[in-house]
Amino acid sequence: MLDYRRLGLRAGLEIHQQLDTKRKLFCNCPTRLRSADESTYEIRRGLHLTESELGEIDRAALEEARRRRLFIYKGYDTTCLVENDEEPPQPLNQEALDVALEVALLLNMTPVNEVHTMRKIVIDGSNTSGFQRTAFVASNGKISTSDGDIGIATLCLEEEAAQKVAEDKNGVMYSLDRLGIPLVEIATKADITTPKQARIVAEGFGMMLRSTGKVKRGIGTIRQDINISIAEGARAEIKGVQALNLIEAIVEREVLRQVNLLKIRDELKRRGAKRVKTEIINVSDVFASTKCGVIKKALKKGVFAVRLPKFGGLVGQEIQPGRRFGAEFADRAKRFGIGGVFHTDELLGYGITNAEVTTLKKRVHAAPEDCVIFVAGERSKAALALEGVVERANMALKGVPEETRRALEDGNSAYMRPLPGAARMYPETDVLPVPISQKRLKRIKSALPELFPERRARYIKEYALSEEFAGLMSRSSKARLFERIVALGISPTLVVRTLEATTSELSREGVPVQSLKDEHFMEVFKLIKVNRIAKEGIPLVLRSLAANPSKTAEEVALELGLRTPDRKEIESIIDKVVQSKEGFIRERGLRAVKPLMGVVMKQLRGKADGRLVNSILKEKITAIMREK
Amino acid sequence: MKIKRVKVEREGVTYTGLMMPSKGARIILKLDNGYNIGIKKDAKTKVTTLKEEGVESRKKMPSPSPNPSLPTISILSTGGTIASKVDYRTGAVTSQFDVEDILNAIPELTEIANFRGKVIYNILSENMKAECWQKLARAVANEIKKGADGIMITHGTDTMTYTAAALSFMLKTPVPIVFVGSQRSADRPSSDNVVNAVCAAKVATSDIAEVVVVMHAGTSDDECLIHRGARVRKMHSSRRDAFQSINAKPIGRIDYETRKIRTSEEYRKRGGQELVLNDRLEAKCALVKFSPGADHSIIDYYTGKGYKGVVIEGTGLGHVSTEWIASIKKAVDSGIHVVMTSQCLGGRICDRVYDTGRDLLNAGVIEGEDMLPEVALVKLMWVLAQTEDPAKVRQLMQTNIAGELSRRSEHA
Repeated sequence: MLDYRRLGLRAGLEIHQQLDTKRKLFCNCPTRLRSADESTYEIRRGLHLTESELGEIDRAALEEARRRRLFIYKGYDTTCLVENDEEPPQPLNQEALDVALEVALLLNMTPVNEVHTMRKIVIDGSNTSGFQRTAFVASNGKISTSDGDIGIATLCLEEEAAQKVAEDKNGVMYSLDRLGIPLVEIATKADITTPKQARIVAEGFGMMLRSTGKVKRGIGTIRQDINISIAEGARAEIKGVQALNLIEAIVEREVLRQVNLLKIRDELKRRGAKRVKTEIINVSDVFASTKCGVIKKALKKGVFAVRLPKFGGLVGQEIQPGRRFGAEFADRAKRFGIGGVFHTDELLGYGITNAEVTTLKKRVHAAPEDCVIFVAGERSKAALALEGVVERANMALKGVPEETRRALEDGNSAYMRPLPGAARMYPETDVLPVPISQKRLKRIKSALPELFPERRARYIKEYALSEEFAGLMSRSSKARLFERIVALGISPTLVVRTLEATTSELSREGVPVQSLKDEHFMEVFKLIKVNRIAKEGIPLVLRSLAANPSKTAEEVALELGLRTPDRKEIESIIDKVVQSKEGFIRERGLRAVKPLMGVVMKQLRGKADGRLVNSILKEKITAIMREK
Repeated sequence: MKIKRVKVEREGVTYTGLMMPSKGARIILKLDNGYNIGIKKDAKTKVTTLKEEGVESRKKMPSPSPNPSLPTISILSTGGTIASKVDYRTGAVTSQFDVEDILNAIPELTEIANFRGKVIYNILSENMKAECWQKLARAVANEIKKGADGIMITHGTDTMTYTAAALSFMLKTPVPIVFVGSQRSADRPSSDNVVNAVCAAKVATSDIAEVVVVMHAGTSDDECLIHRGARVRKMHSSRRDAFQSINAKPIGRIDYETRKIRTSEEYRKRGGQELVLNDRLEAKCALVKFSPGADHSIIDYYTGKGYKGVVIEGTGLGHVSTEWIASIKKAVDSGIHVVMTSQCLGGRICDRVYDTGRDLLNAGVIEGEDMLPEVALVKLMWVLAQTEDPAKVRQLMQTNIAGELSRRSEHA
């Protein structure tokens, strides 16, 4: 195992959490996600930036910005001219600002006195305007975890970007439903020192955010970026980590990557490697009669190579489990529309022969210690790709480059782009600044939510719930409903079972439980309370309500013929059973209760309370035994 | 210009950044991460100046060297913004009026023509007056005389169509005179400025020798419409496709990607007439909108104030309440020329259908045919500068001069 302390691991998290507000951040559209086939209109746009505005950026980003890309936006009956960038924004959504302030206070942060909305330039088309509206709300907080306190640098309130639906070489298609959903972006300081701590902190954030009951839940509603560096390495920002359980692996594998890159650097140094020059050589003739399908296909465009002196054997080395150093080169080449790179550390798998490798090496004057990298494609693209490769090779001489990387599903990561420079921001003059009054902060402070662990402890104490049930219920979005129902005088355990277990069982059976509203559950338990139905009838009523949500529980119970028989009816049913089984009873005595219970309940299930039936049955059996 | 880099301490938090200009009891700070925040300025707030920095005025970009094979377009700026520049360090947005700056912001323009430019004035379009139109018309004539192959006028969109109408009457032109603007501010990457400017430049090099407005055809960045200057109206407060031809079809459309122009209406061809500038205007003209219950003494007011002409925006076919008729008659009798137009915008005036209309005709009202109310106002200003003879005024007002009215109301 790696010694993270000795390596000087420092990591910070950036959490993006969508808020569950009624309206979007800068317009009155609902925050509802749609499916692209529900789209009712389409807009085609371009974005324009002059070179001078791009500042210092790498060549690839410049190429990207220069290419006139078409952005197609899918609109809905739930999006408006604000998302279309056809109307000035509405004032900042105050409900969203309240939630942001609530989160800030939970994190012991200090809010600013006045919130200013900014325009942050974003040129990938994910915002129709070409900028993301974002506001700095609070700073200087901390989150306490079982693994120590972590400082919180900033909390910003911003609009969610449009969702990418499709992409090809001409452009990108986005869906406007997500654009403008309020989002809090919380950035920790680089206080995290172990992979495990990164996970614990992320879990802490998740718990805290969900405790508010005011954030969206489900896939894609929370995303985290992780900044990771080790003392001798460099900062890598790994974007788009959606699963909490991946965080630990991401950090571990990034540290591993940086350690391995440093080893490669040391080896290059030992070999006396010097700065690589960009000498691109057309080697198409080497492969004139190749058996390698990929190269054969690309031959008419051309095959081009560069020599990386003293890199032999290193490009094929693994830097993360299952990921070779060569993949870092390939990531950069792919940005220019090149399918992939070949290198002389691993060729034979592609049907390239030893003879071809030998000719290739000779053709570019490669020494045995060198590595040759080549790509197939048009000359202009291939040249850009190989320049990217050489650039990356030269970075290897120094060690670890600063990069923005994309999280992969196995915990590895791939190169995306260089770290962004300072954000290009200017004021959103269409939105007035919002002063934050002391009165407002006091109001929010006085109503801060109970966090899950506190709620769990309270449920155990107040409702005598088991640890398991208390844990389940305290984290549930139905926690408030649970308390309302228990207040009717219903057994807490029954309520937990109904809200958590029964509904998920019904859901597994295909019952549309999402149509069950809080009031449906309240009605059902009110019927239980007045003994109108027995608790055994709950699943039946819920199933029927889910299918007919406009009906009341009472109506459904009536339709199902559910009602609690009065004592007389229960007695008459039990009498019949007891009489027919008299011999059995005389023989077994009270041990006959259990088997006979089953017989009786066959007729009464869902209608009568089992406990009541049980006690009547016992009475009757005792009476028969006395008779003799 | 100097800008202060400061440290602000308040409630145990230290912020550092650039001090932005601000009013009132708060400091606006641009933090190092780019965000602006407002901090209360009171006894609890401690500000320390770290240093003063100069804000470099931008280096002028050199003009690209002219391409002799391309035509020359003269860009005249009136205050509407077709190009902006953002200083991300301070967040300041500045409008760009110099040709060099416009070409730097929209480099595609240099593929279309060589440009020269002039700032005629720099005012908000709602602050325009008739005298601004005259100054602009003279400047346009001057540029044409100096050999411009086309004119591009950047203009705020709010009153662009008034100015376009005014130039339509004041100028007989042998070259295209193209108005262009942007509905979404030029500082944003999504602005319609680039598409509009590129299409406008292309039209300015075309053979459409008329005063036209070139703006987005739809909400997408695909194409622009070429509207006749005396037929176009801003019909939406914010959409890109706000500009529409009313009671007429646009002259044509232009595809942004291919820069191909497709015309569908007759138009005056390049070089088809000599340049004539007739820039006289009678500014004492008013446009009055009638609404139910509106007080007729507004007409008396203009009569008393020495106005020479009034355009009324009446209801439907061209009506006002019966109460107004006496005031209108009094106005006409005192020598004021009264023209009726419709607040329906679409359609033609006909005051012969209902009694009120007939009473208006008897009072001396001139039917404004299918002219837009604003265009009728501008035309009346121009006509009254040519003649005050009531019969001639009536005749000119009902004659098509710049495509502003037609004798036939087409189906579509």
